[in-house]
Amino acid sequence: MTEMVGTSGKTVAAPRKRSKRERPKLNLNGWIGLIIVGFGILVAIIGPFIAPHDPGEILVWKAYSPPGDEISFMGSDALGRDVLSRMLHGAHLTIGIALISNLIGFAMGMIVGFAAAEIRGRTDDFITWLIDVFISFPPIMMALIIIVALGTDIYVLIGTIAVVSAPRIARIARAVAMNVVVLDYVEVARARGESLTSVLVREILPNTLRPLAVEFGLRLTFAILFLSSLSFLGLGIQPPAADWGSMVRENLSGILLGSMAPVLPAVAIGTLTIGVNLLVDWMSSQSGRSISEELTQ
Amino acid sequence: MLAKFLARRLLLSLLTLWAITALIFAGTEILPGDVASAVLGQSATEELKAALRAQMGLDRPMLTRYFDWLGRILSGDLGVSLANGFPVDGLVAPRVLNTLYLAIVTAVIAVPLAIALGLLSAAFPDSLFDRVVNAVTLFMVSIPDFLIAIILIIIFSVEMRWFPMMLKRVDFSDFGGAMHALALPVATLMLTMLSHMIRMTRATILDVLRSPYVEMALLKGASKSRIILRHAAPNALAPIVNVIALNLGYLISGVVVIEVVFTYPGLGRLMVDAIGMRDLPLVQITGLIFCVTYIVLNIMADMIAIMSNPRIRYTS
Repeated sequence: MTEMVGTSGKTVAAPRKRSKRERPKLNLNGWIGLIIVGFGILVAIIGPFIAPHDPGEILVWKAYSPPGDEISFMGSDALGRDVLSRMLHGAHLTIGIALISNLIGFAMGMIVGFAAAEIRGRTDDFITWLIDVFISFPPIMMALIIIVALGTDIYVLIGTIAVVSAPRIARIARAVAMNVVVLDYVEVARARGESLTSVLVREILPNTLRPLAVEFGLRLTFAILFLSSLSFLGLGIQPPAADWGSMVRENLSGILLGSMAPVLPAVAIGTLTIGVNLLVDWMSSQSGRSISEELTQ
Repeated sequence: MLAKFLARRLLLSLLTLWAITALIFAGTEILPGDVASAVLGQSATEELKAALRAQMGLDRPMLTRYFDWLGRILSGDLGVSLANGFPVDGLVAPRVLNTLYLAIVTAVIAVPLAIALGLLSAAFPDSLFDRVVNAVTLFMVSIPDFLIAIILIIIFSVEMRWFPMMLKRVDFSDFGGAMHALALPVATLMLTMLSHMIRMTRATILDVLRSPYVEMALLKGASKSRIILRHAAPNALAPIVNVIALNLGYLISGVVVIEVVFTYPGLGRLMVDAIGMRDLPLVQITGLIFCVTYIVLNIMADMIAIMSNPRIRYTS
């Protein structure tokens, strides 16, 4: 888990690190975004270790009890478990699953998209059609069908989010790669007799990373919200484990009792996605495209 | 030329629709384990299971079963719910109406409002108004829709006690009462949809405003309102209609979460419940309805874009 967080952190940060000379400055929103995302990733990694209680342990026999001797400052949930501990463990699941599924989605989408752009011809036509078919499936429906078929295992969940994201990533990866495959040095590599894999990895990949980094952020927001929605519907992470989305679901009745137990995880999800979006907004302003332009694609 | 292009597009859409029926069939009939043991329980003997499989036609080859299934659905036989034995069409019909009601009320309010706000913020880019709209909409598209619902419930249902939170049953014959009951779910759906639409409308108009003929009009001395309404708006119409159709598609999936939050008796909640009970015939039909609606909306968006834009019409 730790290793995964590290790699994807690098992917997000790639455009910032590209060279010391032209390192762009973070604006205020960028800083806020970076701090939120950094804090989120930190909590996702160390959260389970610093949680004061076991997330499944019932500490008080009273729903939504206020903070006290047994319960930390966030109070207890519908079953009398410590909300803070569950939040910390939930961060691990929510952020971990979103990042892993996003990475897998990118791996799949980029391979397919790049291959389509490089091979062209009928293969490209077929892949493009296939991508269109997958995209014309409403994401939530696709996920629900997969979950019906394969159940709500955590690996199924990761795969589902990756599969829902992959065609959308493939479409963008193909579009970006289309501009690169026509360049002279790619032509030269082909003339040298380089294999398809080598052309894709060594020639095309490095020159598409910057635009795709912005996409990575956008898809990460999608992955977080999508996972949370599935869990909220009761079709994501299953009890007793809980990510933030399932915490909202479990404690929904607490709204009527003025409890913060359903509000805190929902706010945590919102803060995290806003943070990612602020960072994406800043990154895309660096590459000359605004987030609204990304949205209209 | 145009007819040929439209025909090609329609054909592709039909292929897509067919692919979706295949995917839904595969997801709900092939993979989810053995129906016979699910129905009869773990302790059933092999003979009993085999008999049930033969009776349900599950021993036939997959392709035969798929085309059989497709044929039955196309002829209007939607099957029987596994959970309670009622015919699926009777369960689904009232739910479809409820969801449509929710979606239409939302769309009727949100679409004109989104276009107006999007136009205004594109007309005054980087003004205070534009920045406020940009910040608020970015906030709204970033947060999960159930958070918006929770905030609205806390303010208007728990604190103010203005609107109900649970909607087990809504009486649609009383329009005012129905509006009162639907206020919070409609507001939640509207806020998320509105934000997407405003951002897309703004981006679309700004894109058109950057085109050479707008600059020409500007140089001729045309007023700002004239440029936006006479020059930019007609050319932005197709993309905006496209945006609307896309967002109605979003509404289709957003409605699932909102119906669950407010326990609204719509199609989305029916589907989630059906998944929970592994009531596969019901899952298939509700899923199909959602997917087909989504695709039809997208096809319509494409058609409108193609027909209203000569550039797409002739270059394709």
